[in-house]
Amino acid sequence: MKLLVPVKRVLDYNVKVRVKADQSGVDLANVKMSMNPFDEIAVEEATRLKEKGIATEVVAVSIGPAQARETVVTALTIGADRGILIQTDQDIEPLAVAKLLKAVIEQEQPDLVIMGKQAIDGDNNATGQMLATLLDWPQATFASKVVIENGEAQVTREVDGGLQTIGVKLPAVITTDLRLNEPRYASLPNIMKAKKKPLDVKTVADYGVDVTPRLTVVKVTEPAKRQAGIKVADAAELVANLKTAGVL
Amino acid sequence: MPNNQSVLVIADHDGAHLRDTTNKTVTAAQGLGGDIDILVYGEGVAAVAAQAAKIAGVRKVLTAESAELKQDLAEAVSALVAGLAAGYDVVAVPASSAGKNFAPRVAALLDVSLLSDVIEVVDANTFVRPIYAGNALETVQTSEAKKVLTVRTTAFKAAADGGSAAIESTAAPAASAKVRYISEEKVVSDRPELGAAKIIVSGGRALGSAEEFQTVLDPLAAKLGAAVGASRAAVDAGYAPNDYQVGQTGKVVAPDLYIAIGISGAIQHLAGMKDSKVIVAINKDPEAPIFSVADYGLVGDYKTVLPELMKALG
Repeated sequence: MKLLVPVKRVLDYNVKVRVKADQSGVDLANVKMSMNPFDEIAVEEATRLKEKGIATEVVAVSIGPAQARETVVTALTIGADRGILIQTDQDIEPLAVAKLLKAVIEQEQPDLVIMGKQAIDGDNNATGQMLATLLDWPQATFASKVVIENGEAQVTREVDGGLQTIGVKLPAVITTDLRLNEPRYASLPNIMKAKKKPLDVKTVADYGVDVTPRLTVVKVTEPAKRQAGIKVADAAELVANLKTAGVL
Repeated sequence: MPNNQSVLVIADHDGAHLRDTTNKTVTAAQGLGGDIDILVYGEGVAAVAAQAAKIAGVRKVLTAESAELKQDLAEAVSALVAGLAAGYDVVAVPASSAGKNFAPRVAALLDVSLLSDVIEVVDANTFVRPIYAGNALETVQTSEAKKVLTVRTTAFKAAADGGSAAIESTAAPAASAKVRYISEEKVVSDRPELGAAKIIVSGGRALGSAEEFQTVLDPLAAKLGAAVGASRAAVDAGYAPNDYQVGQTGKVVAPDLYIAIGISGAIQHLAGMKDSKVIVAINKDPEAPIFSVADYGLVGDYKTVLPELMKALG
């Protein structure tokens, strides 16, 4: 079985976001970028399926600037066999990303796509669902457990109020939630090995997909800052303050 | 474009009761200025539809019933909603886990972009949404003729009752053979729901165990009539069930009072609670980032502070 894992290069989750003074966006110059944490979980899950003998090949694909090569290499280090980078300096919206991924899937013919439930920059939580729809494949989002048997993925999903388990016929799209697994750290031998794995660099034009933006960012601003609070000495003073504030 | 766009609001409910997130989505829809209809899908939804029909300003309530819709299977729900979308300018969906599951599918079926987690409707084509875990706000303008949005309901007030809309039933789509429902496991709680609670008592990793989490937070929550929440660290450590999680990757809440106990205040947690009216932090580390957003901070070990707090509450 062949697996495809889309991965995204994003601002590292530990970095404090700075909004540009001209409100044109977030300052991404000279800051640490990393693989989106949910995508790391997706690569880890794909690698585990390979180690269990269920998957035979794992292909990692990323869409982004030249530096997104590092993100693909990170996926190869975790355990992907082969990488594809669709190089572009444009910021591509989730619907266009889904269309590009669909074009890749038509070429690669994977049996399963595993990807993160959301990227921590745009926080859209949309690409996986859109991709499944465009392919007319079933979807299992927010996965915290995946079992593959008899041409079906049985997926336990994190939903409001608890967990739901569904079965999706392969091929399908699964999006990962945080508790699916704990991604491994890259070992030095695997970092060396990853450098020798194939990585194809493509362009958006190679896939004939219209990626014209549908949304215009008017401005990006900082959220309102909270008024500085006070420290109270003890529980009695806290309760008195809360009563005065009218919340108790 | 003038603000007179007709909106289909998708109801959020538990099978018996309409959630107030539906009323809040109606308020967001009112910003678009046109007719508002509500879709209630599921099975045996007559009582819920009757509640939806009472929301002031609603023109019509549509119901659709099938097993797949009750099970919230995204394939069925998105087919239903995309089919109905022909009659509307905007589809507005509460950003619950179910809404996030099917709304992007509706957008893809209509070949339009999705506007997710909208916190402000500026005009018919301009919306504000948080990005980077709420550390920046993006104002976006869409050129789509038809719009699909998910609404971050904590950012809107609930529309009041006072209406008497007509209720009509509509056909459910055929079931997909590619997906089947297997089971579900609901977390049973006698506390108020996190999303709707006026007061939330939330615990972090400092509590050390699932037993301690319960022993410490339950009596306080009971006394205050509060819901119990948790940080990601507490959930990952197994101290609390995952649907207690407040944060970028869990629930976004905005109660009147949020009490964070033993929570350091990581960026991803703050993203889920920093719009609370009053925030209280109890933490023994005076440098914990949670104190930078807390209205009232109490530096101390929760083990000594909480018994005192229970006493002070009387």
